[in-house]
Amino acid sequence: MKKINLTILFLAVFSLLLTACNGGEKKPEAAETQTETNSEAKGQSAVSDDVSSANALQVAKSLDDFKTLVAAIEAAGVEDAVVNVGPLTVFAHVNGAFDKLPAGTVDDLLKPENKAKLAFILTNHVAPANYPEKQLKKEAEKGRKLYMASGKYLTVESKEDGIYVGGTKILKTVQVSNGWIHVIDNVLVPAE
Amino acid sequence: MKTIFKSLLAITVLSMVLGSCGKGDSKKNGALSSNAAEKVYVAPGEYDEFYAFLSGGFSGQLAVYGLPSGRLFKVIPVFSVDAEKAYGFNEETKPMLNTSHGFIPWDDSHHPDISQTAGELDGRFVFINGNNTPRIAKIDLTTFETTEIIEIPNSAGNHSSSFVTENTEYVVAGTRFSVPYPQKDMPINEYKGNFKGALTFIAVDPKDGGMSIKFQLMMPGFNYDLSHPGRGASHGWFFFTTYNTEEANSLLEVNASQNDKDFIAAINWKKIEEYVNNGGGKKAPTKYAHNVYSDETHSATSTMKEEVLIINPSDVPGAVYFMPTPKSPHGCDVDPSGEYIVGSGKLAAELTVHSFSKMIKAIDEKKFDGDAYGIPILQYEATLAGAVKQPGLGPLHTEFDGKGNAYTTFFISSEVVKWKLGTWEVIDRKPVFYSVGHLMVPGGNSRKPFGKYLVAMNKITKDRYLPTGPEVTQSAQLFDITGEKMEMLLDFPTIGEPHYAAGIPANLVAPKSKKIYKLEENKHPYATKSEAAAKVVRKGNEVHVYMTMIRSHFAPDNIEGIQVGDKVYFHITNLEQDYDVPHGFAVIGAQTSELLIMPGQTETNIWEPKQVGVWPFYCTDFCSALHQEMQGYIRVSPKGSNVPLTFTLDGEAVDAE
Repeated sequence: MKKINLTILFLAVFSLLLTACNGGEKKPEAAETQTETNSEAKGQSAVSDDVSSANALQVAKSLDDFKTLVAAIEAAGVEDAVVNVGPLTVFAHVNGAFDKLPAGTVDDLLKPENKAKLAFILTNHVAPANYPEKQLKKEAEKGRKLYMASGKYLTVESKEDGIYVGGTKILKTVQVSNGWIHVIDNVLVPAE
Repeated sequence: MKTIFKSLLAITVLSMVLGSCGKGDSKKNGALSSNAAEKVYVAPGEYDEFYAFLSGGFSGQLAVYGLPSGRLFKVIPVFSVDAEKAYGFNEETKPMLNTSHGFIPWDDSHHPDISQTAGELDGRFVFINGNNTPRIAKIDLTTFETTEIIEIPNSAGNHSSSFVTENTEYVVAGTRFSVPYPQKDMPINEYKGNFKGALTFIAVDPKDGGMSIKFQLMMPGFNYDLSHPGRGASHGWFFFTTYNTEEANSLLEVNASQNDKDFIAAINWKKIEEYVNNGGGKKAPTKYAHNVYSDETHSATSTMKEEVLIINPSDVPGAVYFMPTPKSPHGCDVDPSGEYIVGSGKLAAELTVHSFSKMIKAIDEKKFDGDAYGIPILQYEATLAGAVKQPGLGPLHTEFDGKGNAYTTFFISSEVVKWKLGTWEVIDRKPVFYSVGHLMVPGGNSRKPFGKYLVAMNKITKDRYLPTGPEVTQSAQLFDITGEKMEMLLDFPTIGEPHYAAGIPANLVAPKSKKIYKLEENKHPYATKSEAAAKVVRKGNEVHVYMTMIRSHFAPDNIEGIQVGDKVYFHITNLEQDYDVPHGFAVIGAQTSELLIMPGQTETNIWEPKQVGVWPFYCTDFCSALHQEMQGYIRVSPKGSNVPLTFTLDGEAVDAE
């Protein structure tokens, strides 16, 4: 960062001098490209790659069911974490899930000042682990809890009609390049 | 580093202040008052404009750099084993290094050349020669891996290689050391007249780049030093410098420097090709290896060939001529138009430039000065286009910028000299540090050079960098050649000793670079495409482990029932289908290198346990957040033990779905 500042400083001085002495007749070409390349660097979510299998974010983006979730991920600025090499297990809630929260909650969470709070809720949906359905069932049988990226633990239960996490049922499972997406229809609000 | 940067900046700003309001021309004051730093600075996340492939010399490899930054991206293993990538260590790549002399896992790599279409770089392949145990390798620029190596029989010191014709019809391999043909037990001092120099023309399949020896031209026993193809009007010809036309066999530094002139051999390969296609030439017994790597099986095969087509120059009249060139010429460089052939007499006081059109005229008018072993020698004056007078000391190599200028390196006077084609006048000279060998302008030996940068590859480094004991780094220097005068921009260290390089605009290569290998296209005989398919199979004392890897575990990761004296083959498939998620494999006590397996690829490591115990294996590439958890155990029991063969993951058989 310091380097960038210095470079900008240098360019400023440089162009000042040029203007002063030559009446600004010629602009150094390098200066323009330089300032442009110093624009804010993007994270892994910006890597262009249409060959690899889709990662969790790409899959979520490709399905209408997760529009709200994707919007929340973007609002919270956690896109790069969701495309990370992981492995990650994402409990992804469908659009309707937010509607089940008390009125006004979503609008409140999407306010810029609540970015950290929103991120905290979203990280409660991601386990830094490789949990296919079969493994979740095992975890349930062994009475283990799932450690989530929020730092909280989620219960996992194996019932007759399927697997439940945090009390909500897994509706569907999709394998993604960096782990698994389990579809749920409730927001897993972490205990404060 | 920060301090250096700051002071550099301060000096730059200061000199701007001093210089900009003054005489106006601050460019002559050297790099500090110019913007050399900016010209080579590639901001974080930005890309270099060119790829540069520098040979690794005695490392036997090929290194990939970015220009103008001089940053090293990859060392591609070619002729030498590389433990980092398991090249030559895993079962899949061992056959790549097979030769008629057996497994030769090292060499001296020299002259990379990029494939061309219509005389322009096409960015498909890089060819490079192994000098010591004569071989030509092909590197695929979609994977940046060596995919083919062909051995050159009847050759020794494969030096005037591996240059391509303008549609990559052929890649050539000329012998530096002449040898008895066929090889036999004979007195060395009977060299003269009995040793031969083979010039090998390797046909390249236009579809897949597959190489096959079309013919070997059996030339007199001179030393064939360097070569370049004709282009444009001279397409169809190939030019080779020769030295030791004295045919000395000892103390060559004196005895091979006796003749006032040696030759540039002009070979009309189209004529010979026609002769061959009409059934000409003699099939002769020989032995050479042809090794091919497949991206589908992720494995190489080695085939021993037993015949080669030999052409005697006198059997194809009008196909071979000698152009006298002063004093042991080294570099043999053809300008973008194909009209000028520059011969750099290592010991000559001037640079000799031959004219292709004059050569054709001299041939038509039979302006000969006798012959050598039946090959007509053209009159020196009849082919001479001109000479660059007093250009420097010890000329070696020349490249071109496509704007009518040539750049020649001078070893003894340590400089690069820019001169004008046609007028032969010297325009600029810049010192290099020190004793430059080859130089490279991207596309500088094609119809279309990209005359922006010039890389000088130096033979002597001495004090240019922080010292690292008696052995110091190899050194390259980058010049900006867009102006009338050359400007040195950067020093950068290189691996091995770079003998020549090839450069190409990044946009001709980068978009085609592969990201992953498709798992469904994996045809490796031991590929395991899902965890459910993982298994362990015993065949006598051979145990084949069909293993998979995915973030962040192996399947199986607990194996029992192995015995001391077993030969365990770990056939491991990386199930990932995600860019830049390789996994590694290491097992304690392995007597071969670790593996590094790209997504979708299968590789095999052989492990022969010598001791009873429970031994761990693990992933060596930091693959994921749970990389440290990516491990397993293999139990080794005494020979004859009745511990059953089992393989599990998390306490269950891996195939238990």
